[in-house]
Amino acid sequence: MSTGLVRPYGDTTGDGMVQLSFTLPIPHSKVAEGAAVQLANKMGMDPALVVHAKAMGEGFTFFVVYGRVNHLVDPSTVEVVERDYPLLTPKEANAAIKRSLRRRLVVVGGCIGTDAHTVGIDAILNIKGFAGEKGLEYYRELKVVNLGAQVSVPQLVEAAREEKADAVLVSQVVTQRDAHLLNTREMSAAFREAYPAARRPLLVVGGPRFDETMADELGVDRVFSRGTTPGEVASFIVHRLAGPRGPAGTSTEKAS
Amino acid sequence: MARTTSTLGIDRADVRRARTLARQVGRPIVDLAQRHTTVSVERATLRLAGLAGADPDGTPWVNRLADVVRADVGLEHGVSLPVWDALLRGEGDDLLTLAQKAAAGSVTFRVPEGKDATRARAAARKAVGAGIRTIDRQRAARERMIAKVGDAPSKPWIYLIVATGDIHEDIPQAQAAAREGADVIAVIRSTGQSLLDFVPEGATREGFAGTYATQENFRLMRAALDETSRELGRYVRLTNYASGLCMPEIAALAGLERLDMMLNDSMYGILFRDINPIRTFVDQRFSRQVHARAGIIINTGEDNYLTTADAVEAAHTVTTSQLLNEYFAKEAGLEDWQLGLGHAFEIDPEVPDSFRLELAHAMLARELFPDAPLKWMPPTRHMTGDIFKGYLLDGFFNLVGALTGQGILLVGMMTEAVVTPWISDRDLALQNVRYVMNAAGNLHEDFRPAPDGFIAGRARQVLGEAVGLLEEIKADRSAPGQPPLLSAIADGTFGLMKRPADKGKGLDGVAPKAADYYNPATEILEGA
Repeated sequence: MSTGLVRPYGDTTGDGMVQLSFTLPIPHSKVAEGAAVQLANKMGMDPALVVHAKAMGEGFTFFVVYGRVNHLVDPSTVEVVERDYPLLTPKEANAAIKRSLRRRLVVVGGCIGTDAHTVGIDAILNIKGFAGEKGLEYYRELKVVNLGAQVSVPQLVEAAREEKADAVLVSQVVTQRDAHLLNTREMSAAFREAYPAARRPLLVVGGPRFDETMADELGVDRVFSRGTTPGEVASFIVHRLAGPRGPAGTSTEKAS
Repeated sequence: MARTTSTLGIDRADVRRARTLARQVGRPIVDLAQRHTTVSVERATLRLAGLAGADPDGTPWVNRLADVVRADVGLEHGVSLPVWDALLRGEGDDLLTLAQKAAAGSVTFRVPEGKDATRARAAARKAVGAGIRTIDRQRAARERMIAKVGDAPSKPWIYLIVATGDIHEDIPQAQAAAREGADVIAVIRSTGQSLLDFVPEGATREGFAGTYATQENFRLMRAALDETSRELGRYVRLTNYASGLCMPEIAALAGLERLDMMLNDSMYGILFRDINPIRTFVDQRFSRQVHARAGIIINTGEDNYLTTADAVEAAHTVTTSQLLNEYFAKEAGLEDWQLGLGHAFEIDPEVPDSFRLELAHAMLARELFPDAPLKWMPPTRHMTGDIFKGYLLDGFFNLVGALTGQGILLVGMMTEAVVTPWISDRDLALQNVRYVMNAAGNLHEDFRPAPDGFIAGRARQVLGEAVGLLEEIKADRSAPGQPPLLSAIADGTFGLMKRPADKGKGLDGVAPKAADYYNPATEILEGA
């Protein structure tokens, strides 16, 4: 990205226009609208225009505010987790596994804790897939064991041992009280305890509300966030487990 | 010579054929359910007899008592004979004392015979009968209250969810939602509860993505909504979940505490929670018998199929499941007005003609089940975080609801998949519903799909595929000696999930009934 500094765009370059909606816990009145403008001003919107205000329930008012911000953003200083592995087609992934492992690569997946939302893990694992890409079950050289919903951490560790898992995929959708973070830490700790460091399967978590930069903090090898496709997950696993080894270990980087 | 009064050009003979197949597939499952009992059915029976509360560790007394009885004499006779025999032998003055003594190891149970058995049966029937009379009184109280304060003013009933995890937080939210226009309040359950083999006790303030279903939480919420119903001049209904390993007990508690609707699907637990199929079918039959008696409307879970499978390809699995749910429900004594058969608006909006497909599916459900309220579920899968697009999608969902006379409309939130609904989300969602109902609520009077058009054709196609699937299930012999439906569930016919009858959670809580099995609750519920 070499766009330099930018401002929000409404209908003219540099106009800085943004929209905002929120609720204040006060009944609708002129004072309430003034309070909404005050909030918008404090958030850096100036001028701020309350375009809609509506009483909601008892003692609440909902606002839609349009206004100008004068902040500039600098895309060159934004930190993101860029994909640091090549994207492979299923065929390429299968070939890499065959060449490097000479057996099928075992992936065990599930939703841990009380989370019953299998939509994420299913999108990645089920043959049907997601976003036009087939799920991991479609890969001939991947053996996929989908444990489904509400798998306890001990069950997951047990299944990983039983299946001799090379990689463990965990999906977490429910985020109430940070359940996704707590569960992930519990899971990674359990795997560290159950396996010697060199033998531990690759740990991958995903879910719509994860921050991809948190892998180290959560004790996992990779965090995937919203919009991740099966191909990305498969490519990552293959890159880490069936990529070329030894002195030429960095050669895959060139492919990207 | 078909009598085609159908607006979709559906041949009545096809509908009869579908129902016949559902009966043929369902009947062996009912036989199987009748031949087994479960720990939860037995504990529900004890709850109906008035045993409540939990030990200091939070384990309910019904669990403590049932566990000891089972250890002494097995589950196959039911707990009623051994328990009331022990009471008659003076082992305890009442059920609670008996449970406490049993937990302490100072009671030994036996299976009474002869005159002792006759006396135990009579005593058990009397005790359980009292609980069922409470359920009857609660049903009458509901009817009285509706007559006095008034019912929901129009259909569909507006169904809103609260899900804070804390009953004392849920109550003001539920009351606010009712004031904003909700006709039905559903308290979402903590996600872990379906796999607990006990019902937690007391008022609870900690839950994940929902609040535990407990008798006390039921009572508190119903009392609060009674107050709000009187204030608003319309009866606000309360919904919870009779599902998971404790389905029968939760159904009993719902009847005792006057809940009005319960989510209660015949196969959901098997497919989506990996609960043992036999356990589920036994438990759901008992729970539906309780719901029938209590005047509770059940909501089935067909929408879930569409959250995992493709909503176009799997449309016929919804119809198939609705037909099975209808059969199992009616067999258990539920009437048409109690069947909130589920379906959902889950087709990918990028699919061409997605709205026409949704309309076809919803019209098919309406036509197949003309007297059932039907539960219409909003889009979730294709709600992406683009709240603006989501709001439009919810509007189209509401329009299908208006066009097809849905009885229960779960209000879609534009922030689905983003946050648990904010106060503003709920208000905007209700504005969406009101606008559509006000603008197009009577459109069904004018709207007739072209007999040879896309919508009618699609509806006929889905029904045809459902009949085909039922035929396939009926012919399934892959698990020899088992009902074909169990074979079909085992080999992944539904939602691609393979659930063999000898696997799954809660299997150890199932027992085949002995010749002297006795359960007064079943006897009363089936005799009524």
